[in-house]
Amino acid sequence: MAEPAVHPKTPPHPPPAAVEVRGLVKCYGTTRAVDGLDLAVPGGEIYGFLGPNGAGKTTTLRILAGVTRPDAGVARVAGDDVATDPVAAKRHLGVVSQHVNLDPDLTVFESLELHGILHAMPRPTRWRRIEELLAFAGLADRAGSLCRTLSGGLKRRLTIIRPLLHDPRILFLDEPTAGLDPGARRRLWDLIRSVHRRGVTVLLTTHYIEEAEFLCHRVGILDRGRLIEEGGPRDLLEKLGEHAVDVPTEDGTRTRFFRSRETALAFLKRAGAGATLRRTNLEDLFLLRTGRRVGP
Amino acid sequence: MTGVRGVLYRELRIYRRRWLKHLASYTVSPLLFLVVFGWGLGRHVELDGTGYLAFMVPGLVTMAAMTQSYGTATEINIARFYWRIFEEFQMAPVPAWQIALGEVLYGMLRGFAAAGAVIVLARLFGVRLPLSPATVGLVGLHTFAFASAAVAAAMLVRSHADQGHINTFFIVPMSFLCGTFFPLSRLPGWAETVAYALPLTHSSLAIRAASLGRAVPLANVAVLAGFAAAFFGLAVWSVRRATA
Repeated sequence: MAEPAVHPKTPPHPPPAAVEVRGLVKCYGTTRAVDGLDLAVPGGEIYGFLGPNGAGKTTTLRILAGVTRPDAGVARVAGDDVATDPVAAKRHLGVVSQHVNLDPDLTVFESLELHGILHAMPRPTRWRRIEELLAFAGLADRAGSLCRTLSGGLKRRLTIIRPLLHDPRILFLDEPTAGLDPGARRRLWDLIRSVHRRGVTVLLTTHYIEEAEFLCHRVGILDRGRLIEEGGPRDLLEKLGEHAVDVPTEDGTRTRFFRSRETALAFLKRAGAGATLRRTNLEDLFLLRTGRRVGP
Repeated sequence: MTGVRGVLYRELRIYRRRWLKHLASYTVSPLLFLVVFGWGLGRHVELDGTGYLAFMVPGLVTMAAMTQSYGTATEINIARFYWRIFEEFQMAPVPAWQIALGEVLYGMLRGFAAAGAVIVLARLFGVRLPLSPATVGLVGLHTFAFASAAVAAAMLVRSHADQGHINTFFIVPMSFLCGTFFPLSRLPGWAETVAYALPLTHSSLAIRAASLGRAVPLANVAVLAGFAAAFFGLAVWSVRRATA
């Protein structure tokens, strides 16, 4: 019998998506926090969940991280089902929670050491990585400080480097820059980008429009537990028209969108005093689709 | 056993920083009981063919070990609801039983330390408790049961206040009614029946018999082992439930 032909360059199955979600549902009482969500994030992407508070962003991330059980649907991380094989799924993951969940009575070093032990890292690798990450985050001189003594910005930095210790393939960040001043936010964006350059797939949630536009290759706009738009930030804005003219009226501000700047300028002249021209942003898209704003 | 190691690393680091406070909490209430019941009330009393202090000390050992091994519930509770640091365990790639076992072993350590503190204190009051392997083994089983109950309770309650209710309605009444300070035969029939349904009764009877050099009542040991297995099963289930 002849041997089957071998095509070494063609893998028998395509590699699984970094994150794959099908028909995901999570209810709290009568509220459907996640309502039949479908999602696929390929490896190597920075994907952003954009939406207001209560849109289902954090619940989705918590299901994927294995700390909340879904009521229906399938969620896979690097091909491993988070419900049927949570231990395998969690091996691929690093998770940064929305709140600072550091142990106030452990030192910076001990917090990282604990993380390394829980991820079965051998001691030499663990200590080498801790040293690298402390230098990377500018925390080397605070290794022996109790976490309770760190400033808010330093605590945030520590919560972000902690899951990087075990070299996860996928990093989840839940509202990573919430509550930070603009300077600290910029520094964290740089940190997230440098993490991504190391080959880590990043899935983050945010309600900051500029964060999604600046960081993400693709965004998914969530509203009431459903994905209402998805695509590259630029593609989504082009679809709507990249130029927006706000016209004040008696009923409030009305916005019109234009693909070309010339048409927008012509409209601006006709619109009269008070009208302004600006660049369209994802907030416009969200407002148009839902009638509500993303931000608080 | 990565999960067990991780949990123990965290708990022991913090324990090392607070050992003096822990030691104080182990000694104050047993000391008061020894003074009030041992010196104040029981100096000339004999119970079950022995002096009252000699009767009471094994009960105090059992009660202190229970209080401290169950006391981990409050710490887990604060870690869960207040600092939200239990998430670090929940998000780690370790099975739920390892997290539960790590916390149980820490609870046992606290229970043994409290039992040791009572034994040392009792010497100051002239009671020397012989430490037989049977006593140590039974204290081990007893602390395993109550540390497991602590993990289950901490993971199942919905708030810090609910945790307090369990202490008020379950732990404190058991401390006084399950043979710590007087024999169960002194209770009315119905109360004795209720006491036999509670785990501390079986611990007290078995540990007292072992410490006084009497035959260990195997029926009580079997019931205690049943409670320990059930509580540990519940602890693992409750951690798994909270860790998808």
